[in-house]
Amino acid sequence: MEYFQQQFIDLFGTEWGAMLYTLASNMTFIFAIVVPLLLGVAYLTFAERKIIAYMQIRVGPNRVTFFGIPWLRGWGQPIADAVKAIMKEIVIPTGANKFLFILAPVLTIMPALAAWAVIPFSPELVLADINAGLLYILAMTSMGIYGIIIAGWASNSKYAFLGAMRSAAQVVSYELAMGFALVCVLMMSQSLNLGDIVNGQQGSSLLNWYLIPLFPMFLVYLISGVAETNRAPFDVAEGESEIVAGFHVDYSGMAFTVFFLAEYSNMILVATLTSIMFLGGWLPPIDIMPFTLIPGFVWLLLKIAFVLFLFLWFRATFPRYRYDQIMRLGWKVFIPITLIWIVVLGGIMQLPETMRNTFPLNIWF
Amino acid sequence: MNRIKNFFSTFLLFELLKGMAVTGRYLFKPKITVHFPEEKTPLSPRFRGLHALRRYPNGEERCIACKLCEAVCPAMAITIDSEQRADGTRRTTRYDIDLAKCIFCGFCEESCPVDSIVETRILEYHGEKRGDLIYTKEMLLAIGDRYEEQIAKDREADARYR
Amino acid sequence: MSFQDILFYIFSAILVAAALGVITMRNPVNSALLLVLSFVTCAGLWLLLEAEFLAITLVLVYVGAVMVLFLFVVMMLDINLDRLREGFWKWFPFGAMVALIMVAEMSLVLMGKYFGLEEMPAPMPHDADYSNTRELGRLIYTEYVYAFELAAVLLLVAMVAAIALTLRHREDKRPTDSSKQVKVKKEDRLRIVSISTIKKD
Repeated sequence: MEYFQQQFIDLFGTEWGAMLYTLASNMTFIFAIVVPLLLGVAYLTFAERKIIAYMQIRVGPNRVTFFGIPWLRGWGQPIADAVKAIMKEIVIPTGANKFLFILAPVLTIMPALAAWAVIPFSPELVLADINAGLLYILAMTSMGIYGIIIAGWASNSKYAFLGAMRSAAQVVSYELAMGFALVCVLMMSQSLNLGDIVNGQQGSSLLNWYLIPLFPMFLVYLISGVAETNRAPFDVAEGESEIVAGFHVDYSGMAFTVFFLAEYSNMILVATLTSIMFLGGWLPPIDIMPFTLIPGFVWLLLKIAFVLFLFLWFRATFPRYRYDQIMRLGWKVFIPITLIWIVVLGGIMQLPETMRNTFPLNIWF
Repeated sequence: MNRIKNFFSTFLLFELLKGMAVTGRYLFKPKITVHFPEEKTPLSPRFRGLHALRRYPNGEERCIACKLCEAVCPAMAITIDSEQRADGTRRTTRYDIDLAKCIFCGFCEESCPVDSIVETRILEYHGEKRGDLIYTKEMLLAIGDRYEEQIAKDREADARYR
Repeated sequence: MSFQDILFYIFSAILVAAALGVITMRNPVNSALLLVLSFVTCAGLWLLLEAEFLAITLVLVYVGAVMVLFLFVVMMLDINLDRLREGFWKWFPFGAMVALIMVAEMSLVLMGKYFGLEEMPAPMPHDADYSNTRELGRLIYTEYVYAFELAAVLLLVAMVAAIALTLRHREDKRPTDSSKQVKVKKEDRLRIVSISTIKKD
């Protein structure tokens, strides 16, 4: 590390060298996050198809393999799909606003990837350790909606437009519940920094995770996360039985794939945030010998995988919500629950010291 | 009391968990998918697949160009031209089936007085160009020659019911 | 010129261009999107001033929620552009006056030293562990708590008023009540009877 820094300083002088070194090391880090992320997205689609197929007593993709190795059957499927998508033509419909039509997928994937900047993968492994990390995440996820709205409008199609409208209303309303659920988390941790939030859950076992004291908030966050990423059973934005494929009906080839990538990387992002904020991030479930040997990074990955499995499980199980029911759930159920929980939590935190030190409360407060 | 029970079962997501338990159980059930090219479902001897023209054991083609199949075909997929041969028998010069039109109703087979046009068990065939799905007399005869054994066995098995 | 200065000029150039675009674009959707762009670049400028909380809140609130609803409405409305342009010259003097007043006010602030305001201090750079958010929160909930609560109550009143103004019960319509619908049980709707399939003589 320091060797490279010295090389840069020698090459470009003291001031620019240090700056360029920071830039280069950050770029490397970004690639180290984005490339595995996109690979993860590819294999998440594979996992989705496989798991949902298994839940429907089918077998899912089981043909495409690498170099004819029989036990890898099916594992080549996402790569084959990606190659197919790259080969295909991007059709721009007549009457579409060309610039915005192409811009929309980019606007969708940009915040989906940018939000990863503040995610801590282990105590020291984080790209940007900023103090307002949680707010940054909220800001980035709320920007993802632009891609959808612009895609719907620029396609110059009624179906796409209806999908965009539905999606916009849905995302804006669930963002509130999501934000309130996160307010509870930061009341517990007293910090907006994601690393500090995980450290606040440090303890002897999983009882210390915010999952236990904030269980209703965990559910609200998880369900709002599903709604926020427009996943089943909240996928009215694409609702193929009503509005064909919603906002991306008119997209083909790579432009469609970019939407796809954004949706799945958002899914992984929500799963990661859930793991960090409620499931203790990189902390092992029990702080004793065999568990502590496994690096924190692996624990985080396991937790992410578990939440993603829940996402897929939801999709295999629940039928799509009706639109007014979605709105009712968001505004009339989740927001009141979260508001009440904030008040309850504030009340508990204001209890006198002696009461907070009695048994169940002394773990968390 | 009932309302309290409803309230709690709603907020504890009882019904959702029940649904998820069902799908969760099915995750581990044995899968019923038939892996097609390696495994095949049994076919009936009456299966109506790709057409074939048969020959008599002495090698003479059965079709006498009576054009009953052409007349009965509801999709008008069959086109027949005929002429008299030197030995005085009537034979087809052209026997085309447009498989893009064919609806595999089996009427041609039913109507054939000499059991010449038959439908075989072949179901995995394809065409890469549009013209590929128009099967000519030579192609149909070739199919008949190749699968004669199977075709004869199927007719034999079904003979009792015809 | 340091890296931060370069960033500042890039952001400012984009901001000015986007802001000009907002008022010159013919298509209101494009204008709204350029407004989003200017908000985002503005947030970038605030980040350079170490106002990270404000910058992110700007993106979160204005870009993430307010402008989405703006776009939502602008896209749904079929705006007649010619009608909008009609009163341009009639309103021009008024608009120009407002613009002039704003320019004057801004120059009063920015050129403070010409008006004898030498004591306007430049913000001090802070070290890395300084939390802008914490400081802001502390100030809002201690020193400015009454003003803050007042603003909050005002917003609440506005929200309730907006809902009260638009909420109306129509007699000629039978709205579906989702709360009632989800309470329906299998027993309320479904009756399983056993019918013998064999005819009894």
